[in-house]
Amino acid sequence: MTDAYVVGVDMIKFGRFPEKTVPQIGAESALLALDDCGLGIQDMEALYCGNLMQASAMVGQRILQEIGQTGIPVVNVSNACATGATAFREAWASVKAGLYDIVLAVGVEQMGKGLLGGGGPAKGIPKEGLFGSGTMPAVFAEAGMEHARKYGTTFEQFAKVSVKNHHHSTMNPKAMYQIETPLDTVMNAEMISYPNTKLMCSVNVDGSAAAVIATEKKARELGLMGRAVKVRASVLTSDRWQERDLVMPDVNTCTREASAKAYEMAGVGPEDIDLVELHDCFATAEILHYENLGLCGDGEAGRMIDDGEVALGGRTPVNVSGGLLSKGHPLGATGIANIYEVSTHLRGEAGERQVQGARIGMTHVIGLGSACGIHILEKAA
Amino acid sequence: MSQPLPAVDYLKLPEGGEPYLEGHKCQACGASFLGERSVCSKCGARDQIQAVRLPNSGSLYSYCIVHRSFPGIEVPYVSAIVDLDDGTAIKGNLINIEPEPSKIEFGMPVEVVYGDALGRKDRDGNSYTAYFFQPKSG
Repeated sequence: MTDAYVVGVDMIKFGRFPEKTVPQIGAESALLALDDCGLGIQDMEALYCGNLMQASAMVGQRILQEIGQTGIPVVNVSNACATGATAFREAWASVKAGLYDIVLAVGVEQMGKGLLGGGGPAKGIPKEGLFGSGTMPAVFAEAGMEHARKYGTTFEQFAKVSVKNHHHSTMNPKAMYQIETPLDTVMNAEMISYPNTKLMCSVNVDGSAAAVIATEKKARELGLMGRAVKVRASVLTSDRWQERDLVMPDVNTCTREASAKAYEMAGVGPEDIDLVELHDCFATAEILHYENLGLCGDGEAGRMIDDGEVALGGRTPVNVSGGLLSKGHPLGATGIANIYEVSTHLRGEAGERQVQGARIGMTHVIGLGSACGIHILEKAA
Repeated sequence: MSQPLPAVDYLKLPEGGEPYLEGHKCQACGASFLGERSVCSKCGARDQIQAVRLPNSGSLYSYCIVHRSFPGIEVPYVSAIVDLDDGTAIKGNLINIEPEPSKIEFGMPVEVVYGDALGRKDRDGNSYTAYFFQPKSG
């Protein structure tokens, strides 16, 4: 099978755009990604579109109605917070399989403000607050407290994740926020679900990101290998049965299985990874994933954040974009926005936040329900 | 006044008897579920699921303290994951405990208690019975 390369990739600055439609927001990043490689929609052979909240509304086709209706096949993808990564992976698979030489993947979301999860009842009475909480901050707080139970991880260690990611975002003009949040600010912010304060919850924003994926042959023909990024691994997993998973979504097992497969597919190990964009939907979640992705041993995640190993300049910088905590988390766009971030570092174009000498990077998302998507990317030789 | 209804289908209210939680166990692999089903999602066995009465005691596995929820829901409260003594995991409110991290211990013994569903009624005015966890006394 041919190798597949990201030849164009970009995202819009995340923010709140209530005056725009979802297809309009998606169209913006689609055009940016096409501009990034100097191509047009006429050059694309298929479109894979990720969007969650309007999953039944043909968002991909409506993006083409904004930027050019060329009659190409469109696949609309929905997979919770792994939606963007799944759209990217479907696009990658179509190129790997030889169906197409060059395709476009777009992820887009328009979010409301406020809590996600814990919705109203189909029948009877509301269950939220009666049988615990189904809100996302609570679910991920419980997952974090499981880690605290096993390894003694502290509220302060969880909070440090948010300090780090907010600091990183001050160097990312495309992040929703560029604000330093010192430790006491994070820990004294409004408590949402202990141990997650408001500053330890990802930001609901609108946004989109897009990537153009091509075969090696096509990338060479178009003269695009200079800035191309090779997709070394693409993995998607679902949640294997676990004893508590009916009442406590298990975000660990599917991530561990996905990362093991991704390392195998890429023929690399965690020690080869120069930067990681992982799914910090809540500060508690990021801690779990250091171990789930093999960046450290089990029980070492607290030490890893204490020692600064995951900060820019550390051994394995994590979420130098600012992460979902500060860059923002437009669900369907997130999985492609993190591919943009890693690609930008591999291209050496990340400016102030550049991870020096970055050659191989990893992206990770997890959608509850569950779906885990991991990609390993490498600067083209 | 009609009798209260169970707030979830795995809570049973036998006439003239004590309320209890009902689990469904796979006879092939031992996996435990809340709610009726015919196929086991652990091992895939069909028609091996048997209803069992779940124990009213267990221990606290994990929790969080909810300070912000949807409008109208009283906070703070403790959202708890409990492992019942037979290994079934179940989620609910941990009550009769201060919602402070220093007061809550992983692994602490808890018991299941039953009571009115915090005054919540459905559209037809029916009241409901719910289950809660509380620190085990004695």
